[in-house]
Amino acid sequence: MSNNTGKKAHEPLFHIIKRNGLPFWKSWLIRILSVIAALIVCGIVIVFVTGENPLEMYKTMFEGAFGTERRRWGLMQDLAMLLCVSLAVTPAFKMKFWNIGAEGQVLIGGLATAACMILFGEKLSPYILYPLMICSSIIAGAVWAVIPAFFKAKWNTNETLFTLMMNYIAIQILSYFSYIWSNPKGSGKIGIINASSSAGWLPYIGNNKYLFNILIVLALTIFMYIYLKYSKHGYELSVVGESENTARYIGINVKKVIIRTMLLSGAICGIAGLLLVAGANHTVSSNAADGRGFTAIMVSWLAKFNPIYMILTSLLLVFLDKGATEISTTFSLNDSFSEIITGIIIFFIIGSEFFINYKIKFREKEVITKPEVKEGNEQ
Amino acid sequence: MPVPAIELRNISKSFGSIAANKNINLTVNRGEILSILGENGSGKTTLMNMICGIYFPDHGQIFIDGKEVVIRSPRDSFEYKIGMIHQHFKLVDVFSAAENIILGMEDTGKYNLKKSIEQIKKISEEYGFDIDPNKKIYEMSVSEKQTVEIIKVLYRGADILILDEPTAVLTPQETDKLFTVLRKMKENGKSIIIITHKLHEVLSISDKVSVLRKGEYIGTLITKETNESQLTEMMVGKKISLDIDRSEPEGCEDRLVVENLNCTNSDGIKTLDSVSFTAKSGEILGIAGIAGSGQKELLESIAGLQKFDSGEIVYNNPKTGKADNLKGKTPLQIRELGVRLSFVPEDRLGMGLVGNMDITDNMMLRSYRKGKTAFLKRGAPKKLAEKVVSDLEVVTPGIGTPVRRLSGGNVQKILVGREIAFAPTVFMAAYPVRGLDINSSYLIYNLLNEQKENGVAVIFVGEDLDVLLELCDRIMVLSSGSVTGIVDAKNTTKEELGILMTKNSKGGYGDEQ
Repeated sequence: MSNNTGKKAHEPLFHIIKRNGLPFWKSWLIRILSVIAALIVCGIVIVFVTGENPLEMYKTMFEGAFGTERRRWGLMQDLAMLLCVSLAVTPAFKMKFWNIGAEGQVLIGGLATAACMILFGEKLSPYILYPLMICSSIIAGAVWAVIPAFFKAKWNTNETLFTLMMNYIAIQILSYFSYIWSNPKGSGKIGIINASSSAGWLPYIGNNKYLFNILIVLALTIFMYIYLKYSKHGYELSVVGESENTARYIGINVKKVIIRTMLLSGAICGIAGLLLVAGANHTVSSNAADGRGFTAIMVSWLAKFNPIYMILTSLLLVFLDKGATEISTTFSLNDSFSEIITGIIIFFIIGSEFFINYKIKFREKEVITKPEVKEGNEQ
Repeated sequence: MPVPAIELRNISKSFGSIAANKNINLTVNRGEILSILGENGSGKTTLMNMICGIYFPDHGQIFIDGKEVVIRSPRDSFEYKIGMIHQHFKLVDVFSAAENIILGMEDTGKYNLKKSIEQIKKISEEYGFDIDPNKKIYEMSVSEKQTVEIIKVLYRGADILILDEPTAVLTPQETDKLFTVLRKMKENGKSIIIITHKLHEVLSISDKVSVLRKGEYIGTLITKETNESQLTEMMVGKKISLDIDRSEPEGCEDRLVVENLNCTNSDGIKTLDSVSFTAKSGEILGIAGIAGSGQKELLESIAGLQKFDSGEIVYNNPKTGKADNLKGKTPLQIRELGVRLSFVPEDRLGMGLVGNMDITDNMMLRSYRKGKTAFLKRGAPKKLAEKVVSDLEVVTPGIGTPVRRLSGGNVQKILVGREIAFAPTVFMAAYPVRGLDINSSYLIYNLLNEQKENGVAVIFVGEDLDVLLELCDRIMVLSSGSVTGIVDAKNTTKEELGILMTKNSKGGYGDEQ
């Protein structure tokens, strides 16, 4: 029968089938295998391109991230900052509000902090200064985030473009104030703020500059985990993200949830700005956020919006970043090569999620070779 | 006898265990219009999708001009000069009409929009279309978009045109215009297949009618030699007894009074036209009608999910004895009024439930606001989830399983179980047994009957007329957004319902009046 031959030609070589859930250990086995596969592929690339020993290179990477105590604290600080921004974008993304404006929200929060430190740092007592810094950074971040949320809720504007554009506005505002408050005058840069008095600097714990930041972010992580999983707000925003129709059906005020969630998202970005400026850099510039607003999106997605998993995913990204920088200096390769290595590893890790969610079923061989037999059985 | 332009022989197609088409035979000659008539789910669209290469038949043969062909993809069907105008337009909004028409054409020549526009104008003149090729799609009305779709297939040189419910979105005037164009195409020797379930349109436009019912081919008639009642009978079939227990309604009070409800959709088309009815406690009110006759809008208006232009929805509260008007209220405000309104929407995972959440969290949707703290209490929903799973025999690995992983029947049991647990006084269900197996369907019928015996006003939107006749006490029929009749289910017949369902809003049959 001619249309049976048609059917055979119709059947593709393989099908992609959605998995119906995978045991916990199996999904982790796939992830670990993907990392191993990534390291092997990177190894081949390393040998072919540079002729170096890949194991040597991995060791350098590891040392670059964990080698000395100073590096370990640096890593922890970077992890904390990335995690903080990731925590901020997570509720928005869980609500399917594509907030790619975390970069700008962090900058504005940082600028507000810096403004308090510059204008009032040496005039107000610390008991007023710190609360003022905290409030203004939170408010600044929240305002920056709630503007696109308001437009989205009111007129259904595209939040992706809107939040992205808000980044550029934030950068321009920051450049303007960098000029106004430049130190030394005319340099166009805000140098270390209150270098002599350390007014408005976040406290050192023991002798450690970063520990305070790390503890704050840890507390935020726990807060966000509980907020998303156990609070009514968190439940509402998940429902809105999964299905706006269901949310309306059940009587959730979708607009209110969008605005409330973005207020929270922006507020945490503001805190990230505060920690960066008052806790780590003690200055602010237009690249203070250092792309974290975008990297955070990857952290959040890779961890499937689970704040606890996000500790691991941000560790991974920070580790790769630090390690890659180290290889390029040690082996005097340029930055591009280390970025290739990072790219391959991230590609494999993201790719592993595909194999966790789907399986590939190949066309069964008998169908191709013995069609007549099968047909005979049917009839 | 002339060689038919297209002929289908014994075409069958199954999806899993469901047979969508069983041994269908059709022939269309050149210069002929064939209507395909059938209720929802009778397999009309599946059949057409096989002709235009979207599905591939399991069995059977297709002949074009007497030669057997294999249509494996839409591209193959283009080559055989088959063009389909889908119910949902497939156009790029930001492109102009001309750009949409030439989109996807693999011409060997250069991209020459001017030349194409000339040709589009020629086609338009030939058939009497009124279209500006430079107008962007997003600026167009529904009927203009349809015109673009039709020109698109003519531009590609289609000789066999398939129109899937083309009049569903058109006003009567636009329908007349479309029919004029179709008659002109017929004169030019094109073959046209039109899918519809409006009887008066079938009678006014087509030469032949083929009737499908539940995936089976019932027969083909010459339009001139038939009439509505014969077609209706073929379409709905003989009455089948289902043995659904029906108790006498007791203690009926007017629970929900809807008066003069009018509703318009975003395209400016009236979805509800002066709808008035009363739902009584202790009774099941069935709503029958072809899909898209306003059922969804009606239920959503009552639930506070749809804004309507005018009309009143009054709820008589049995506890307080007050009559509350639900007009302009949000679902939350309706609930705060003390109206215990349960609603099982048509789109279970898109509306009533959250697919990625587990059974417990879905149970919580109605009740999560309870308690003064900012935190969720999962205890009670968890108990309810366990109770629903065991009472309604939901097949699931556990209550922690996301509902999207469950089968359609089990998803529905979760939704119905939750809505019943809400202790409603009004229970609305839209197509609650769609896609369910026999046992699950009967379970749902029994639950609805149980609600009725408890004095709940049940509103049941259904598509199977046999079920409506045996389950409901009264049946309201909607056609194009207006009520064409409210009948006593015990004293009516399938034919009567069929005729009411296909009546047009003016109460007549188009040409005859």
